Formats: sequence, C-alpha cells, structure tokens
Amino acid sequence: MTDIRSFDDSNEARFGDYVQLLKPRVMSLVVFTALVGLMVAPVHLHPVEAFSAILFIALGGGASGALNMWWDADIDAIMRRTKGRPIPAGRVQPGEALAIGLALSGISVVMLALATNVLAGALLAFTIFFYAVVYSMWLKRATPQNIVIGGAAGAFPPMIGWVAATGSISVEACLMFMLIFMWTPPHFWALALFMKSDYGDAKVPMLTETHGRKITRAHVWWYTVALVPFALAAGFTSIGGPVYLAASVLLNAEFLRGAWRIWRRDETAAEADGYKVEKAVFRFSLIYLFLHFVAFLVEAVLRASGMGGW
Amino acid sequence: MFRAEHEIHRRRFGRNLGLGLVLAAFVVLVFALTVVKVTRGDPMQAFDHAMRPELAPATGAAP
Repeated sequence: MTDIRSFDDSNEARFGDYVQLLKPRVMSLVVFTALVGLMVAPVHLHPVEAFSAILFIALGGGASGALNMWWDADIDAIMRRTKGRPIPAGRVQPGEALAIGLALSGISVVMLALATNVLAGALLAFTIFFYAVVYSMWLKRATPQNIVIGGAAGAFPPMIGWVAATGSISVEACLMFMLIFMWTPPHFWALALFMKSDYGDAKVPMLTETHGRKITRAHVWWYTVALVPFALAAGFTSIGGPVYLAASVLLNAEFLRGAWRIWRRDETAAEADGYKVEKAVFRFSLIYLFLHFVAFLVEAVLRASGMGGW
Repeated sequence: MFRAEHEIHRRRFGRNLGLGLVLAAFVVLVFALTVVKVTRGDPMQAFDHAMRPELAPATGAAP
C-alpha cells in the first residue's frame, strides 16, 4: 500500500530551484549592464517604466538561461561546475525547464515592448534566440569559436537598455555592446586555462582542447589587444568623458599586462604556481568590466550636475 | 484518516507562496504601468475600422 508520508521528497523541486534555472548570477550582470545602458541614455524614462524595462530584460536573460539548461542538461551532468544544477540533480524535469523558458521568453518580450518600445522588445527576442539557439544549440558543441560568437548574447543588455530609453540604436549603444562582446573571449579563455579538465570531459570544443593551450594563450593576448580600441573609443562619445577615459586607460593597461603575461609563459610555469596568473587575470577581467560600466554611470551623474562629458 | 491539511500542501507551501507572490507582484506592476501611461496621455486610440480624423498626424498644410 502506498503511503504518501513515506514519499521521498528530498529531491523535490523547491521555489529556489526554479530561480536557479534563470541563472541568477548571470542575471545580476544583465541587470547591471542594462541599467547602465538605460541610465546613460539621453532620454529618461518614468521610474516605473525604467524598473519594468530592467525587470523584463533580466527576465528575458533568465528565460534564455532556462532554455540553455534544458538543452545542455546532458553536458551539465558531466561538468563539476554544473552537475549540481536543478536538471542534472534531478530536482526539475527537462520539460519543466523548457516550458518555463518559453513562457518567460514570451512574457518578457511582450512586456518589454509594451512598457517601452517595439525595437527594445525585438532586440530582447533576438538576444534570447541568439543565446538559446545560435549559441547553445548550434555553436557550443560545434566550434571553438563558440565563446566569441556566443559572447554577443551577453553583450546585448546595455544596448537593449539604451534602446528602451531612446527607441533607436546609436554609436554609444554599439560601443557598449562591443565592450562586452570583445571582453568575453579573453575572460572565458583565461578561465578555460585553469579549469582544463571539465570542458574536455563534456566534449565541448573549447579552444584549449582543439588548438592547444599555447594557441589559447596567444588568443587571450590578441583578443585583449582588439578589445582596447573599443573600450577607449567609448570615452570620446556622449556617454564618455575624462573620468571614464582615465579609468579606461588604467584598466586596459592592466588587462593588457595580464594578457601579455599569460601569453609569454608556458604550461610548466603555470602548473608550477597553480595557474596563479591565469586566475588573477580572470578575476581582474570581472573588475575590468564592472569598473568600465561604473565609469559610464559616474559620467552620467557628473553630466546631470553639469560637470561631466567633454 | 482524513486530515484537513494534507502533507503535500505543507511540503509545497514554499513553491506556492513564491508563485503567488510573483503573480501578485506582476499584477501590481501592470497596474502601475497602466497608471503611468494613461496619466501621461499616451495615445489611447487606434484604428478600429472606422474613420478617426484625430488619429491622423497633424500636417498643418492639408487643404
């Protein structure tokens, strides 16, 4: 006889597991960059509209995270970093994640379009499509360039924030996009250098596995070099100014120094000190991006008080 | 034995409460957005298979 009291509920989904599907840590980056994109724009939204815009951009990002977890459940189960996620851990069924991802995608796109404008909603829809289909389904398991092209998905939020406020795409929005887009490859490849066994076990073609670690080190350097002009160029637009430019020069100099050190050292040296440089550059890359967007905000505050800009 | 509160209700209380709060917050947000847009006077009419001269863009030079 079945007794409901003996039912094992230790693996039952709790509310937090559904929140986990939305990748809250990625969402926090989406919220921050979208908020900056919205706040530095020359047009100011009503606070309720601004709040709604950020909420639905974040929700769209969360929806694409749920779709990604649905599609990648098999490789998440292999990788140490991801095997505790709700689907591989058995707490959430794949179908549930798919349903939540699709439903939240629809809600977030429609609500963003209604709260702000249709272009912002369309851009959010494209971002979800790009992350869930182009990156997760087509590129991630097919090419070591997955990180490069997939980085575009993470680069859209500040552009959507800008478009939500202004209704159009501008050079400033494109430069904020390029800043994240070009930052993503060196950031992730620095991580891949010291998380080496995981991606290989999951058969995800990271550059470290397909082209070797020496080539990856060179890529970290050259992509960092390619990132610098975009970061600096933003300083000469309407969202930049002396404070941003000074911060950007310092941050780029330090990022270049770290990338150079990664490029110039070999695997023996890295293994000897436990990938100290690679870990330091990875940590610094997070600070690098965060402070660039903080600097945009500082310029916006200064402009509002009549002191910022050129 | 009949129990007024089934065990499953207690077990899923967190999920139900979370979902309930999310839905309530969504309703409040849609209401707030509506109030903001209506009080600001955004266009509240659209094409409805009938002639609406007031919806035509003002040109000033029309004969």
